[in-house]
Amino acid sequence: MSSRLLLLVMLFGIFPANAWAADATASLLIRHQQFEPKQLMLPPATKVKLIIRNDNAMPAEFESYDLSREVIVPAHGQVTVYIDPLKPGHYGFFNDFNPAMKGQVVVVKPAAAQGN
Amino acid sequence: MLATAVIVFREVLEAALIVAIVLGASRGIAGRGRWVAAGVGLGLLGASAVAWLAADLSAALGGSGQAVLNAVILLSAVIMLTWHNVWMRAHGRELAAHIANAGAEIQGGRRPLTALTVITLAAVMREGSEAVLFLWAIAAGGGQRSGMLLGGLAGVAAGILIGALLYRGLLRIPLRHFFSVTGWLILLLAAGLAAQAAGFLNQAGLLPALGTGLWDTSNVLSQHSLVGRLLHILVGYIARPSGIELVFYVGTLVTIFALTRIAGQEQKSPRRYRRTSDETEA
Repeated sequence: MSSRLLLLVMLFGIFPANAWAADATASLLIRHQQFEPKQLMLPPATKVKLIIRNDNAMPAEFESYDLSREVIVPAHGQVTVYIDPLKPGHYGFFNDFNPAMKGQVVVVKPAAAQGN
Repeated sequence: MLATAVIVFREVLEAALIVAIVLGASRGIAGRGRWVAAGVGLGLLGASAVAWLAADLSAALGGSGQAVLNAVILLSAVIMLTWHNVWMRAHGRELAAHIANAGAEIQGGRRPLTALTVITLAAVMREGSEAVLFLWAIAAGGGQRSGMLLGGLAGVAAGILIGALLYRGLLRIPLRHFFSVTGWLILLLAAGLAAQAAGFLNQAGLLPALGTGLWDTSNVLSQHSLVGRLLHILVGYIARPSGIELVFYVGTLVTIFALTRIAGQEQKSPRRYRRTSDETEA
């Protein structure tokens, strides 16, 4: 019993931290068995709130080993995933329910971004 | 059909391996079969409920409802695994003697039977909900669904088979070492689940990452590989861990280790005491 109580206290203790706002918002769409965009550009060293929407009639599981992220996106549903500040680089993600569906988070250095 | 089988297999495998370890670790505890079976049954009910409510859950807590629910499920499993290991530290020898001699019933302390139910429930509910959701969508969708459903069922069967093989393998460990091996397995399993919970709380924006990608061993052992996946389930292998995952992993290891040590020391003159198997402990 007490362990469950402890868990509740822990959770409520953590919740105010939700106030932590993300510095940027990005969105990813699942449509026609594809991620849109397949290359998701994110700013470096920024906490990002990523909104993933699924327009398919099949549920998807957005998963990334590189980002340690895993979330079910129900059919015609939408979820939020926070991504912590990233170093420049490529971070793969895929749909665990349809591994042929792949994409990448691309983070470039500020200077390189300006060059584009 | 094969693709479906593989997807479902992966979801079922994690639950099956955890149930196998729990069944092994609770060997000799009277009534454990019923409590584990109850956990599987409740877990399937819970998994169906989660799959049914998937859309609402995902929308809850600003889109992070699922991650928070996963973290709660995982952390309750971690707490119950801790209790189990602490109890086993005090009673492992009695149990081994009991299995060897088919002797008197173990009476010391409260048996961690609820823990067995909660751990199995957590494992089956978390992984099962994904499998149920996936199979459900196939069943509801059109196309070549009978083949895909068949594939799904094959995946379920294969996952359970691997779990059964692990259990049979565990039983081959000599009784003398048996409970110390299962104790270590549970310790690493709990640490891995705690790290996963940390990942989910971080994903929900409730915990800081404390650094992403502390190191990257995906070139050495990718999490996409079968071995990588197995190690992820069994010992919490993460190729590119964040700081908070590491903190939860090490914190859980140290906590369970310390608690089991304390439980071991609380016994007066341990060796002699443990051998008198029919005495009740305070």
